[in-house]
Amino acid sequence: MNIQGENKTQNRVLGLLPLWSVIGIFMIGPLLVMAAVSLMESNVYGGVHFKFSLNGYRQILFDTNLFGEREFNPAYIIIIGRSFILAISATILSLIIGFPAAYFISRQSNKVKNILIFLVTIPFWTNLLIRTFAWIIILGKGGVIESSFNFLGLLDDEGSLNLMYTNSAILIGLVYSYLPLMVLPIYASMEKMDMRLLEAAADLYSSRIGLIRKIILPLSMPGIIGGSILVFVPCLGAFIAPDLLGGGKKLLLGSLIQFQFSYARNWPFGAAVAMFLLSLVILVLFFNAHINKRHREYEIHG
Amino acid sequence: MGKKSKFRHVWDFPGFSGWTAIFFGFLYIPIFVLVCYSFNSSKFAMIWTGFSFRWYAKLFSNDDIQNAALNSLIVAFTAAPIATIIATFSALVLVRGGDFRAKELSNGLITLPLMVPEIVTAVATLIFFASLGINLGLINVIIAHTVFCIPFAYMPIRAALEAMDPNLELAARDLYSDKTSAFRTITLPLLTPGILSGFMLAFVISIDDFIITLMVAGGGSTTLPVYIYSMVKMGVSPEVNAVSSLMLSFSILIVTFYWLFNRKINY
Amino acid sequence: MNDKKVNAIEIKNVTKIYGAGSSSVKALKNANLTIYDNEFFTLLGPSGCGKTTLLRLIAGFEDITEGNIKLFSEEIISLPPNKRPVNTVFQHYALFPHLNVYENVAFGLKRLNKDNTEIEKRTNEVLELVQMKDLSNRKPNQLSGGQQQRVALARALSPQPKVLLLDEPLSSLDLKLRQAMRVELKTLQRETGITFVFVTHDQEEALTMSDRIAVIKDGEIQQIGRPEDIYENPSNQFVANFIGEVNLLSGVCLMEGENGSCKLDAGHDISLSIPRNVKKGDAVTVFIRPERIRINKSLSAKSLTSISGFTYLGNAAHIELISNKQIINATLPIDKVKNFKKGDLIEIEFPKDNAQVINK
Repeated sequence: MNIQGENKTQNRVLGLLPLWSVIGIFMIGPLLVMAAVSLMESNVYGGVHFKFSLNGYRQILFDTNLFGEREFNPAYIIIIGRSFILAISATILSLIIGFPAAYFISRQSNKVKNILIFLVTIPFWTNLLIRTFAWIIILGKGGVIESSFNFLGLLDDEGSLNLMYTNSAILIGLVYSYLPLMVLPIYASMEKMDMRLLEAAADLYSSRIGLIRKIILPLSMPGIIGGSILVFVPCLGAFIAPDLLGGGKKLLLGSLIQFQFSYARNWPFGAAVAMFLLSLVILVLFFNAHINKRHREYEIHG
Repeated sequence: MGKKSKFRHVWDFPGFSGWTAIFFGFLYIPIFVLVCYSFNSSKFAMIWTGFSFRWYAKLFSNDDIQNAALNSLIVAFTAAPIATIIATFSALVLVRGGDFRAKELSNGLITLPLMVPEIVTAVATLIFFASLGINLGLINVIIAHTVFCIPFAYMPIRAALEAMDPNLELAARDLYSDKTSAFRTITLPLLTPGILSGFMLAFVISIDDFIITLMVAGGGSTTLPVYIYSMVKMGVSPEVNAVSSLMLSFSILIVTFYWLFNRKINY
Repeated sequence: MNDKKVNAIEIKNVTKIYGAGSSSVKALKNANLTIYDNEFFTLLGPSGCGKTTLLRLIAGFEDITEGNIKLFSEEIISLPPNKRPVNTVFQHYALFPHLNVYENVAFGLKRLNKDNTEIEKRTNEVLELVQMKDLSNRKPNQLSGGQQQRVALARALSPQPKVLLLDEPLSSLDLKLRQAMRVELKTLQRETGITFVFVTHDQEEALTMSDRIAVIKDGEIQQIGRPEDIYENPSNQFVANFIGEVNLLSGVCLMEGENGSCKLDAGHDISLSIPRNVKKGDAVTVFIRPERIRINKSLSAKSLTSISGFTYLGNAAHIELISNKQIINATLPIDKVKNFKKGDLIEIEFPKDNAQVINK
């Protein structure tokens, strides 16, 4: 509505000024500075020399050997690969674990639904560090699992299951961290499913598998995609799980980046890897937006 | 009262209820284990010797932990209100302000902190403050927190505003209110529950933040999660269990309160 | 009976365009109309025709693109809504949910800074008027639809506006309640003497309640007049079709002039006044209301017309006649057609002066 005598533009500018200044200065600004730093020369005492250099990016692939020649260094590629594989595995695992649960919850009565969803949401609002730390108690030496195995006599005297500091431990940590984010979107798209559709379909398809394949899966696809993105992206840049459960020996992108700003003091390299991670995320988000558009068009044009 | 017979629908898949139980078990057992172990009277966190409150008691004499907790509260109680105010203004413009060119961009801007991976934000903010020489201790942390609290405060406020009939403000104007008094007597009271919800979410998010604080906080500005991290790095000690359990309970309490609060609102 | 009519609202050359460029919408195109004081005036038209837009322009909720609006001879288009002595009853009531009935109704008076005794007196008066005094303490969500509607009415009346605007206030009510409210609103207008501007898409509502009606289509005013004028002499086919049941029969002019005649495609000759611009041989459309047609059972087997449908309406019957492949609708009192049935051969009578040639 356009009430007489109101300066709409002025109101809009004033109203959005706080938002733009805070996020503009303290979010976009830092990202730009980080991009700049990724293109600068590293300073051994920490920080950067104000000089242009591509070394930050070069270091991802190459190492300079004793003779000053550049050698291909697979170490960081391995880290990138590991991050990818773990992120994808965590996403798939979350999907497998979360999908039936989301379905079950969506078929309950309203009252039960609300309570169950609330219970799913709670972990999201608690400290991720603490929740991941709990797994150290479970997986660690002398932890819950080992103690129970010990108790059951399944472990020999000096043995330990060595669950910690493995890729599997990190995987468990990743799944645990972001599982609610997989469940919520799937639940949301399932909730919208009309019971009558299922009833009608049940008449047509004699098997439950058919029901899943033909009706439930396609209809909850937006939720599945949404949930997968919500899990995949944070897993890619995860820091806590690899750091705590991987013990810093198995680096992922997140811990690699953090390392450059704590012990390694290689800011341009850290910034370069961060830029790489950011680009990956942007790619994934664009891909997601594209899928959403196609899906919407499909819905309209059938 | 007759007994309701459980009608087996074709869409009730067998085993899904069991699966969901396992699902919730997976989600909550680690927390449960953590809390149990915090009552472990043994010094070695992994070996259970008996029930005791001693680690909680020890927290009270630990100045470092208390300082860290205080810092966490200071940051949250500063960043969350600021973020909530910014979010409120933004919501008023983006929901009620009609269409304008920067609208989509502004909507995107608000969600930006949610889309950028936390580690990237953390590192970028660190570099930013360092290169500009901004070394204001806790204020650095407060600024960083305000940024990512904004989208969390925004969501409930936006939802509340969208649920509000726009004709209410028009009715007030029609009945001789000028713009300010219409906002004051109609919009604001009806928006207040949403604003409070937004504040609660922002507060919890700030209290729980770890990665960004880890990178941005200088020496004297440790918050509780960062302090817990340093303790964990040194090895698992039962004190960590105790303080962690307390933090968990605190967050869960706030979120539960938020949930109950929202269910009671019923205009 | 006052002879001198005071102009309550004058709409002069009002145009309203929403949006800009290629996506702009012209909601009102050069509208002109005058509403008199103490009138029950209705803006009637299908959804999206611009009637609500016009109402909002008068209230001040939108700014005008072109033209002028005067309230009791004073220009108001530069005034915000809170400075216009005009109040609105919204379609879905827009009652303030956090205030109770009393506070809702007293709201406008408070904003006008009236003193407390006057506020109390006036609020109670108006609550009494709409019979909601006993429920003063309730909140809107504790009221039924009809009760909310009365509160909305009271709230808009309590500040004693010069004009009351009503935006389809009865559309959310069920039939019986709607019919009762129509009577109440009409009585209210008579008693308070306030000019009512009423928006609706329901032509029955418009006919029963209004002193005058403006029929609007696609942002353009089609016709303004008293209900009987619009019903008997619609200015074009849209108005004829929109109000009441109608027959629009195509035919050819046989004889010009006031005592002219046409030959209908249905086969019959009909005598009616031919407008000056229509010449012999021109194609015309003849408008005749179903209740104006007389039918008799045909004595000869060679009649062109037969009954193709018979619908019992209680006190009347709706008869569908087919003649030369043209459909003619007739509505007759039940006792006139008791012995008629589907398939009967019929003679139609078109009594003189009951039909007219109508423009597109």
